[in-house]
Amino acid sequence: MNDKQLVISAKGLTKKFGDFVANDHLDFDVFQGEIFGFLGANGAGKTTAIKILCGLSIPTSGDINVAGYDVYTETEQIKSNIGYMSQRFSLYPDLTVSENIRFYGGIYGLGWKEIKQKRKKLIEKLGLVEERNGLISDIPLGWKQKLAFSIAIMHEPKIVFLDEPTGGVDPVTRRMFWDMIYEVSESGTTVFVTTHYMDEAEYCNRVCIMDEGKIVALDTPEELKRNYHAQNMNEVFIKIAR
Amino acid sequence: MKTTLFIIQKEFIQIFRNKTMLPLIFLVPIFQMFILVYTATQEMKHINMYVVDKDLSQTSRQLISNFEGSPFYYLTGFSFSINEAEEQMKNDEADVILHIPSGFEQKLKRDKKSDIQLLINAINGMKAGLVNAYSMNIISQFNQNIIGDLVVIGGNTQKRLDIRSHYWFNPELDFKIYMLPGILVLLVTIMGMFLSAISMVREKELGTIEQINVTPIGKVQFLTGKLLPFWIIALAELAFGLTLGTIFFHIPIEGSLLLLFGFSSVFLIVVIGIGLFFSTITNTQQQIMFLFFFFNIVFILMSGLFTPVESMPSWAQKVNYINPLAYFMRVIRMILLKGSGLQDVLKEIYALSVYAVIILSLAAWRYRKTT
Repeated sequence: MNDKQLVISAKGLTKKFGDFVANDHLDFDVFQGEIFGFLGANGAGKTTAIKILCGLSIPTSGDINVAGYDVYTETEQIKSNIGYMSQRFSLYPDLTVSENIRFYGGIYGLGWKEIKQKRKKLIEKLGLVEERNGLISDIPLGWKQKLAFSIAIMHEPKIVFLDEPTGGVDPVTRRMFWDMIYEVSESGTTVFVTTHYMDEAEYCNRVCIMDEGKIVALDTPEELKRNYHAQNMNEVFIKIAR
Repeated sequence: MKTTLFIIQKEFIQIFRNKTMLPLIFLVPIFQMFILVYTATQEMKHINMYVVDKDLSQTSRQLISNFEGSPFYYLTGFSFSINEAEEQMKNDEADVILHIPSGFEQKLKRDKKSDIQLLINAINGMKAGLVNAYSMNIISQFNQNIIGDLVVIGGNTQKRLDIRSHYWFNPELDFKIYMLPGILVLLVTIMGMFLSAISMVREKELGTIEQINVTPIGKVQFLTGKLLPFWIIALAELAFGLTLGTIFFHIPIEGSLLLLFGFSSVFLIVVIGIGLFFSTITNTQQQIMFLFFFFNIVFILMSGLFTPVESMPSWAQKVNYINPLAYFMRVIRMILLKGSGLQDVLKEIYALSVYAVIILSLAAWRYRKTT
């Protein structure tokens, strides 16, 4: 893993909102092609950290580089190199599947022709051929999330950030969603994912466990399980949290 | 530029797909016009008059019949008691009391002058002023007639001044012709400002704004994409309103339509710019509605829609420097009713252009892709 290229490097990442410290001196590196999991209970500071890495929020202090760009001064360059899908729903409910794809393709600067080609492939791949002219508000949540993910990587970013992408989705769809993540990762895209489903942590190459704004553990799932003498990640998490 | 087109396309799809917005966009102008143009009139058509005639002479009856002959006055009652008349006014049954004291005719014949009393209900000051003006008009006519009957007999012939007024630009003093251009201003302002701002705030409520902010799209491109669709709609709305106005109210179009639409284009950039700026400082549709309600009430009432700006206190006229509606209210009437040309409205064009630059810069500065 270490011979791979460094795509995210965070040293002392800190974000304060008044007196509240959402992220307290986080240190981590993420390498190219990795599936990096960010774990933690609700309110542990996962979303705050991901927003900083995406250039949506400026940190209070720390040296942070994403895709080779500085998060203080080069947020717009970062944005050209990443994809982002958040827990809050980000497709337009009053646009159709096909219109959503076209719109996001367009604002990522793809050409008409490219959008058309990609849209066709994407719709076929997701099995949405019949629904392509249906409104987003009418299609099931699981499909929406798969679509949102596909749109987030349509412009072939170096890194894709997924903020609790599988929230509220059934286990079968979640499994399918992870198949998509693997596929993307194999093509060389780095995947940075936050979750609070511990079974999903097993699918990551490395996981970072957060608690109250601090990193409490960072390793591969296998190492974590060995160190904490646990059967699965759920046990690891419970042991750490205790 | 290309990314802006994608936003414009998306906005139009969203507007035309919205089952409640689309009918509103076309019904609101019709309602506004037909309701406001007829109701926001300052003509008094029905003045309730109560008469207290204590003289009961030929002259007093003549005066009363002069009022009766006017299409605006309606005699609601007659009594000898002023108290009874006041009671009527307190109950809002009478707008004006005409009180003719006893000995009115006698005094007139003897002294060549006499007194009558008019009591006007002035709860609504503007209405009272109009009632007063109308009444004075009738009384002075009556005056001239009795001068003919009485004074001439007395051998005191005087050549009176003959004043004839001629009203320019709206010869029949048709209030509708004055109101309609103002209503059009109201219409395009509300359309432009509300639609653009709400579309922006809705993105915040849906969370899609975050998805936009995480793309490399430029602020200016994004704001342009949010401005242009509503600019086009508002201009179309103006054309629609003007067409309705010509068909149903026969408003004159004395000046150049090109100039009118050119001016409107600048005005709408300002108005939509204000909408976009407000949307950057609010987070919910509720907040922005409240803000708009407040600002628009002030803007509209101060714009000169109902009351002439010239009769406002000078500080209020200064406030109007930042009221875009005041500029357009003046200019649309100038162009439509007077046929003013480019030279006549240059000052307003300069002012609004500066305004547009300032408000758009403010919106771009306040809109943060990274917080």
